[in-house]
Amino acid sequence: MEVNKELLQNVAKVARLKLTNKEIDAFIPQVKEILDSFQILSEVNTDNIKPSFQPIPIKNRLREDIPREPISIEDALKNTSLKQDTYFKGPKAV
Amino acid sequence: MTEKQNIKQALDEAQQINKEYNYYNYITTQEDIKLQESNKLYNSKEGKLSGYFISVKDAINVKGMESTAGSKILNGYKPLFDATAVKQIKEQGGIVLGKTTQDAFGFGGFSVNVGLDKEIPLNPNNKGRACGGSSGGCAGATSKHKIKHISLAESTGGSIVCPASFCGVVGICPTYGRVSRYGLMDYANSLDKIGPTAKKVKDAALLLEVISGYDENDSTSANEEVKEFTTYVGKPVKGMKVGIIKEAFGEGVNSEVKKAIENKIAELKEQGVEIKEVSLPLTSKYGLSVYYILAMCEASTNLAKYCGMRYGKQEDPTGISFNDYFTKIRTENLNEESKRRIMIGTFARMSGFRDAYYIKAAKIRTLIINEYKELFKTYDALICPTMPVIAPKFEEIKKMTPLENYMMDILTVGPNLAGLPHITIPSDEVDNMPTGTMLIADHFNEDILIQLGSSIENMY
Repeated sequence: MEVNKELLQNVAKVARLKLTNKEIDAFIPQVKEILDSFQILSEVNTDNIKPSFQPIPIKNRLREDIPREPISIEDALKNTSLKQDTYFKGPKAV
Repeated sequence: MTEKQNIKQALDEAQQINKEYNYYNYITTQEDIKLQESNKLYNSKEGKLSGYFISVKDAINVKGMESTAGSKILNGYKPLFDATAVKQIKEQGGIVLGKTTQDAFGFGGFSVNVGLDKEIPLNPNNKGRACGGSSGGCAGATSKHKIKHISLAESTGGSIVCPASFCGVVGICPTYGRVSRYGLMDYANSLDKIGPTAKKVKDAALLLEVISGYDENDSTSANEEVKEFTTYVGKPVKGMKVGIIKEAFGEGVNSEVKKAIENKIAELKEQGVEIKEVSLPLTSKYGLSVYYILAMCEASTNLAKYCGMRYGKQEDPTGISFNDYFTKIRTENLNEESKRRIMIGTFARMSGFRDAYYIKAAKIRTLIINEYKELFKTYDALICPTMPVIAPKFEEIKKMTPLENYMMDILTVGPNLAGLPHITIPSDEVDNMPTGTMLIADHFNEDILIQLGSSIENMY
């Protein structure tokens, strides 16, 4: 697996991270070593094997459809200083 | 001593220990105590945990107490609600003592990957060595506190039993789904489990008994019978069958650590437990890679929500674009290991790689679960060292590559991937440092672990 600066910059962009050149230089051999170690899995025959996305069987459980009190607007805004009226204030989207 | 004096003594002790060992990101104040006491439901004098103080891993929400999962990006976040496990503790009269230090979001095995402005917890037996991770503060505090104390920890790939083993205390990681994850800041949803660390099996069993059970707020919570775990402490173990995991005594495991665990196995034999060697070839060879792919993929999606809005670290967003703002907050406030795992997890989920990494790993996870299940048709439990070495020195950790770091989890990832309950019991010391013996049981058989574990604690 070729791990280079371009690949890491692309992944970082998708992950909303900005890496310095120094960080990228350090990450290249580390990420390569880790991804190479994952290659061992190609040895295992997984034909007709279903993937396990949970370790135990999960059953759908529906609760009674009874309305509950949601958290108040005041509480929802408690953890931020960036607010206006009853809204969260965020960066401009358009 | 009056209750008020007890509380003061506990808070003072936590402060004192923290000054020397860094086990807390936040220590309960008298105001927090008043808040808890003001809730009638949380003021039981006859609850199962009345008189106990409970320290809580920082990643588990405690209402009104700053909860950061050990990361700077969540500084200032005060949850509006208690995690279900915390609520159950309070309902049984337990008093929350504070939020413990950890690798940020659980990303580590030594608790050195703490958030950018957080302190690294030091091993209670030797301050030059690591506590283990990621629930390092929980295990360290468990070792050092003299008050009646139990800790609420959390494991994704070994984060309860690893630090418990390195600090010389008991740790129980329950079956996946046994304890509600509601209010836990996720690392990897299909792997996270909340469980106790305590000085004695009896106390760990007590806390597990309190926090186990179905919770409609967690869609992965299991609706299984919860036994009275404390009644299994000290029950005779004669006639039980335990398999020694052959591969866990192979290359890479310190010979003195092996000997310490072999002494515990001998003790089980003396008590009439039938012991035979067993093999887990797939788990031993592929478990680590499967674990890290799945954990990093899940983590990279979970951490996407930390973007500087609504809670945690924030800045004035005026004049900056949506994506630039998120990128700035994340880049400045996530630590190196968080970035590394987000990068690898994001890569492994990207178009063109998903089948080769994520789906392949999830399929091998099925084979690993089956491998364990086959053994549990014959055996009540499996046994091996918890960690392959004693707690390393900080300078040794600095020299490790990230991959060498991850390889420390070689013995703990198996049961975590398969969602199997496991316990670590303090064993003989090596170089004046504790070791741990790990027992693994089939799903929802925590009672067996408590029975077997209590039969070998404090024998030496």
